[in-house]
Amino acid sequence: MSGALLDVDNVVRTYSGGLLTRRRVTAVDGVSLRLDAARPEIFTIVGESGSGKTTLARMILNMIAPSAGTIRFDGTDLATIRSSRARLAFMKRVQPIFQNPFESFNPMKRLDRYLFATGRRMAGLSDTTAIADAADTALRSVGLSLAEIRGRYPHELSGGQLQRVAIARALISKPALLIADEPVSMIDASLRASIVNLLRDLRDRLSVSIIYITHDLATAYYISDRIMIMRHGKAVEAGDARTVLDDPQHPYSQLLKQSVLSPDPQHRTVGRQGGSSHA
Amino acid sequence: MGEPVLVVSDLRAYYRTSAFGIEREVRAVDDVSLTIEANEIYGLAGESSSGKTTLIKTIAAAIQPPLEVLGGSVVFNFRDRRVDMHGVDRQHLDAIRWKNLSYIMQGSMNVLNPVRRIRHAFVDFAFRHIGKPMPLFLAVVREHLERLHLAPEVLDAFPHQLSGGMRQRVTIALATVCRPDFIIADEPTTALDVVVQKSVLAMIHEIQRELGSSIIFVTHDMAVHANLTDRLGIMYAGRLVEEGRTADIFRAPRHPYTAHLIASLPRLGDSAPKKGLDGAPPNLAEPPSGCRFHPRCPRATERCAREAAPMASLAPGHRVACFYPEPERSA
Amino acid sequence: MWRTLRDLLRFNRQFAAGIVLLGIVAAFSCLSFFSPYPPNDSFVVPPDVPPSWAYPMGTTSRGQDLFWLLSFAIRNTLLFGMVVAILSRALALVIGLVAGYSGGLVDRALMSINDTFIVIPLFPILVLFYFVMRDHMSWGLLALMMACLGWAYDARLIRSVALSLRTREFTQTGIFSGMSTRQILVEEHLPYVLPILFSTTMNNINWSIGLEVTLSVLGFTDINTPTIGVLIYWANQHTALVAGIWWWLFFPVLLVVMTFIGLFLLAVSMNEHIDPRSRLGRS
Repeated sequence: MSGALLDVDNVVRTYSGGLLTRRRVTAVDGVSLRLDAARPEIFTIVGESGSGKTTLARMILNMIAPSAGTIRFDGTDLATIRSSRARLAFMKRVQPIFQNPFESFNPMKRLDRYLFATGRRMAGLSDTTAIADAADTALRSVGLSLAEIRGRYPHELSGGQLQRVAIARALISKPALLIADEPVSMIDASLRASIVNLLRDLRDRLSVSIIYITHDLATAYYISDRIMIMRHGKAVEAGDARTVLDDPQHPYSQLLKQSVLSPDPQHRTVGRQGGSSHA
Repeated sequence: MGEPVLVVSDLRAYYRTSAFGIEREVRAVDDVSLTIEANEIYGLAGESSSGKTTLIKTIAAAIQPPLEVLGGSVVFNFRDRRVDMHGVDRQHLDAIRWKNLSYIMQGSMNVLNPVRRIRHAFVDFAFRHIGKPMPLFLAVVREHLERLHLAPEVLDAFPHQLSGGMRQRVTIALATVCRPDFIIADEPTTALDVVVQKSVLAMIHEIQRELGSSIIFVTHDMAVHANLTDRLGIMYAGRLVEEGRTADIFRAPRHPYTAHLIASLPRLGDSAPKKGLDGAPPNLAEPPSGCRFHPRCPRATERCAREAAPMASLAPGHRVACFYPEPERSA
Repeated sequence: MWRTLRDLLRFNRQFAAGIVLLGIVAAFSCLSFFSPYPPNDSFVVPPDVPPSWAYPMGTTSRGQDLFWLLSFAIRNTLLFGMVVAILSRALALVIGLVAGYSGGLVDRALMSINDTFIVIPLFPILVLFYFVMRDHMSWGLLALMMACLGWAYDARLIRSVALSLRTREFTQTGIFSGMSTRQILVEEHLPYVLPILFSTTMNNINWSIGLEVTLSVLGFTDINTPTIGVLIYWANQHTALVAGIWWWLFFPVLLVVMTFIGLFLLAVSMNEHIDPRSRLGRS
């Protein structure tokens, strides 16, 4: 099939249980998804803990191999990537953003190190000024600049700033796909909106496709084009984000939607007496 | 309304460390005053390092170095006694714990011993407060579990045999079995999935209405506050910046920080652009001068950089620490 | 690094005491370079003279000035300890980091070798080694042998740290920044392991000196290179205690005890520095 940026075809991932038990745990159970190369989008995978969404992301990042099924990126089966050159070529196009910005960088090391390493190894630059320029361009696209980041250590920045640096680092090699696993769940509420906006902005400005993994339906509704709801390793419902979330068909999706707390005291869903009981 | 259950006045608690000759002082709680009435759920909201966890530690008198209380007082008016939390001895505190004042924590495993059956937790915490012989005591516990729609069989289970949501329900049962006057709930639903979270919140709500206890409910999740609490206090950088009825705060927030916080909440079914807030939460070792929010505040003036606004009543029961509060909006 | 050392000296009494003790021992060992007599010459001074101004630590029954002889002995002993520690640290570091980071088959293979070294009894092996080598036995050979036997515990310790480092997100950031495995191990993981490495170095020096002294006292080493153990061996050969020549045993034992206590204090005070809670306040 041509035109597919990412083609995940019926992947399964099982883990063996403990030493003594024969039980095998199926983390991902026959999931398929396809991203179009011509149309960058934010594809959201929603699920609760244990739904297999992180395992799926790790398989797409080629950090673990599927037990069955294939994942093709740009037409290449990930299972055929073996040499370090092929790995680098793949990582250049697919980059991760992790959950905890405070953990994404070694606390003992300066942040610019990661930016420069990415520039040198992934973007294939050798000239120091070219690397610095690439880092600066990437930082500017997330609303920072190299002047602010150079020589700084992770503990000197806030979670929101660190997550921006993490996104900038991922952008240096000009990837086609970003995998963001719960990128805002560890960030303070007042900084969260700007990170979410940034992801939307990257899709529109830099034509990057983003796989956004979350448990939060409200942000999913806010930024996604398409959505897939996972439960116990299976995709229970998928489709256009607005359509799915406005009118979920699967009972689990409906339950999930009902469980979202409305941030509006007028429409309380907890307890029987709506509104506050104190006058 | 009778006497408030909890009166916190001008509380000031700092972390003071001295390592290798470098003295540091982190002003985690600075001049916080609040009162909590009988039979209400008071929500405490704030971001990480806003001091909300330190505040409840100080309220519970769970103070360990390097945390120090530098000023102010925490006074509880329980049914049967009045306790100044920082003026009484340990024995006295032990006597009120679980009986008058109990806790629901984020990690249920901190309360439940993983190698002992649930029953032992009830015996350890509640037996001496209930003061009945063992068979009667267990009958009380069973009755209490049934009231919370929990099967009494959980008493014979080990914690790891229960799901995360179930364990959190058990810790709620544990915290309420002695019918305490006051419950401190510290992010009790943060680690739970949304489906479970909702039912656990419903359970807290129900038992609170039934016992008439007061709860101080701490979480950073504004949606939880909107659904559960009667009154809400917003903390920013170690200070209380706004306090009022939850419905009022959500309808018409007056402090610029609260206003931003509420405006930026994502809502299901709403994809209108949300604005993020610039800047970072301040470092409490070197807080900004004046109002601690002024470097990020769209309404700040020079006055805000010079002096901190005191908490002032703008409407009955609605206090705000801001010189230039947001205008009153009519809903 | 230097700031750390300065702070430790200023604020940690144990560290300061350890440094002072080891400083005395090291200074004393340096005196060997100014010795008027070569270490293995005997009957250069009158035998069996008690400590006096002329011979501050007395002389031995073999006519050696104990002061100068001891300076050679402690130098060799310290050097021995350090060689063993450095060689075994290098082994422990490489094996621990690689096993922890690679995981899977590599980890299992390396750790089975590691476990073998943990369970084999050291002392009989070393005695056996002496009987096999006999005349070829030398100080360097023994150091090499002990280094090969002394890395296993600490390799396991380092592996356990590396295992947890591997799952941290910044390791993944490193991988996706295109860093090589060597770069990740050396630049990302090594800083976390260094404090452990320092404190185990102290313990390892203690261990190897202790074992060397034991072997030497029993005569299972090269008795022609003066070390503290060899000195005690010769004192026993001449029944020094029975003959009332107490200084021949007292000064070597005193020096080795000072070394032990000094190294122990350093290891303990460094542990305090490794403790992340005491480091948090530094930033």
